[in-house]
Amino acid sequence: MFCWVSLVLISLFQPSPALPVSQEPPVSCRGWLSGPADHLNTIQQSESESSAVDMSTGDLEPSHYPARRAAQVVLHHLNTRHGSPFRVFGLKEVHRARAEDVASEGRKYDLDFSVTDWASGGSVLRCSAQVLFSRSEQHNLPEVQCQCEGLQQLNTSSDEKDFYHKHNTPDHHVSAQDIPDSYGNMSQEIKPFWHLAHVAASFIMLQESNENTEYNMAQVASVTQQESKHNQLMLKYHVLLHDLPSQEIIHWKLLASWSPDGGVRVLETERQPKCPHNADLPNSTVPTTTFTAN
Amino acid sequence: MKGLLVLIALFVAVIGKNTFKGHQVLRITANNEAQITLLKELSEQAHLRLDFWMEPIRESLPIDVRVPFNSLQTVKDFLAQNHIEYRVMIEDVQNLLDEEERQMLKSRPTPRTTDDFVFSSYHDLNTIYAFMDTLVAENSNLVSKIVIGQSYEGRPLNVLRFSTGANHPGMWIDTGIHSREWVTQASGIWFAKKIVTDYGRKPSLTNILNNYDIYLEIVTNPDGYQYTQTINRMWRKTRKPNPGSDCVGVDPNRNWDAGFGGTGSSNNPCSETYHGPSAESEPEVKAIVDFVKSHGNLKAFVSIHSYSQMLLYPYGYTHTPAKDQAELHVLARKAITKLQSLYETQYKYGSIVTTIYQASGGTIDWTYDQGIKYSYTFELRDTGRFGFLLPANQIVPTAKETWLALMAIMKHTKNNPY
Repeated sequence: MFCWVSLVLISLFQPSPALPVSQEPPVSCRGWLSGPADHLNTIQQSESESSAVDMSTGDLEPSHYPARRAAQVVLHHLNTRHGSPFRVFGLKEVHRARAEDVASEGRKYDLDFSVTDWASGGSVLRCSAQVLFSRSEQHNLPEVQCQCEGLQQLNTSSDEKDFYHKHNTPDHHVSAQDIPDSYGNMSQEIKPFWHLAHVAASFIMLQESNENTEYNMAQVASVTQQESKHNQLMLKYHVLLHDLPSQEIIHWKLLASWSPDGGVRVLETERQPKCPHNADLPNSTVPTTTFTAN
Repeated sequence: MKGLLVLIALFVAVIGKNTFKGHQVLRITANNEAQITLLKELSEQAHLRLDFWMEPIRESLPIDVRVPFNSLQTVKDFLAQNHIEYRVMIEDVQNLLDEEERQMLKSRPTPRTTDDFVFSSYHDLNTIYAFMDTLVAENSNLVSKIVIGQSYEGRPLNVLRFSTGANHPGMWIDTGIHSREWVTQASGIWFAKKIVTDYGRKPSLTNILNNYDIYLEIVTNPDGYQYTQTINRMWRKTRKPNPGSDCVGVDPNRNWDAGFGGTGSSNNPCSETYHGPSAESEPEVKAIVDFVKSHGNLKAFVSIHSYSQMLLYPYGYTHTPAKDQAELHVLARKAITKLQSLYETQYKYGSIVTTIYQASGGTIDWTYDQGIKYSYTFELRDTGRFGFLLPANQIVPTAKETWLALMAIMKHTKNNPY
């Protein structure tokens, strides 16, 4: 089954059209009164707007950033649709790229590229995709259509089923911090939760992407498993996203669900303010215990 | 007690930060089955965040539990209400951890020789500085240490000089200018050892060193590095405060006098790409500028970053192609081909402004405009999967493949004097 999303039927993917944002009062930086925190949040936005966008049209150099940023957007989209605790796609290489302005709508990219599955020993898929970055006043989700060879052969693995059954229990709820740690380490047990975080973060990265951004997930600050709901694993995440052009680290909290049949869905998101002191997370409570296996 | 200290040592290893302030460890003694049941129920109260070091199993076994500060009152009330005996084994877990860490630091073995150095780990600042001194001591005919200045917080800016004679032209390599890019400092350490190992054994490196000096600044931003070790792993900039702002630090790779303040840098002190109040305002940058100018005879300059897997040449601040673009492009391709030959790590290459993004006030734009033709910047592994948090087992492979590219650049520089 092709993974394309029709321009008309955007609502097909979950959730639509924009991610639910927390209705709670805005989080503030610890020890810092209101005001500047908002100002800090707009840093990335204003900078990305001020830097000139490469307006080349026609064939693009595949190794240069305009093609790469567009391809990265497709990766985010792919992961929201097909990512799992045992499947996370990363960009391998852009082979060909074209861009053209679409009158009054925006800029459309045509891409031919390869992706690799980071979670399963690097199997490679060849893809083609179209990405439309909107020009309209309000921020619009980039619109993606993509087809990848071999995508239809992917189905739920036994790893996923085992993982699901192991954790779909009220007995032990996973809770961990700093994945990976400063040294790039993480336990084998926590790895699928790291992959899930990446997939969930992909919803946010997709939403936040434009021609001036290039997102990766830098780290999982914390994962706290909640009580399963409707047979979905429920996971609260605090993730750090890295945007290459601005070099900013942006904190987001989110609530995601997953099951082998349901895939990943993101139910709540809350962007965290950038704190001047940078050191501590805003309003952080006493940290949870470290992850214990079984 | 010894078992307790071992457990604590594990905690110290895993959680180096100040996260257990006010926590207590209670030793609970259950007198009957009913109390065991109650304690099991207590253990299921997730919101209390209890950490059982010894679970409630049966009444003959003690039950040890770490209780976070916020849950202490609740837990103690519960125990009192149910007449369950306990005593406080550890008054404040963090205090104990701090003391343990102090003791561990005192007795930590520092490698006596650079042959014993563990290149496949990330190390703290003191260990890296000690490595430098040991390397110099072991190879005093070849290596010396120059202090080119001081960081904002007063740390020495150390440069290793590999030299076989006076008045040689030089080639420069720096790592760690952005402190969170840990694979770069770690690779720099490996390069230092590689140079002394290969001199006199490998013809091409020996040839280069017989004619050129190599200058290697491993920790170009030591204040930032220390900060990533202790407080914030994602810190990038220097640690100089900005007057009138709560935000600290300047991006040292936007602080050079090349298109300073232009597009691709920020005038906001809170930004990760804040260019600073003026060009060369950062002592870490000024020190290198002064060194380059006073040396006057550097022929290659390589500044190493991570991540993205790229080899880049000027310019970053302008779309105008560098005068030597054609040659720089061909050399980049050659260097990348060498790099890829080792582990097939895929790199992209090109000018900064077209390949990664527009960035003004960058290091190699300045060095290039000073006349150092072979000015390059690397972005090492990976492409975003681990990003800055590259697992330590990739340090040596990264350093090895990068070295092949560096050798290609240095060889070409030597074979094409100007």
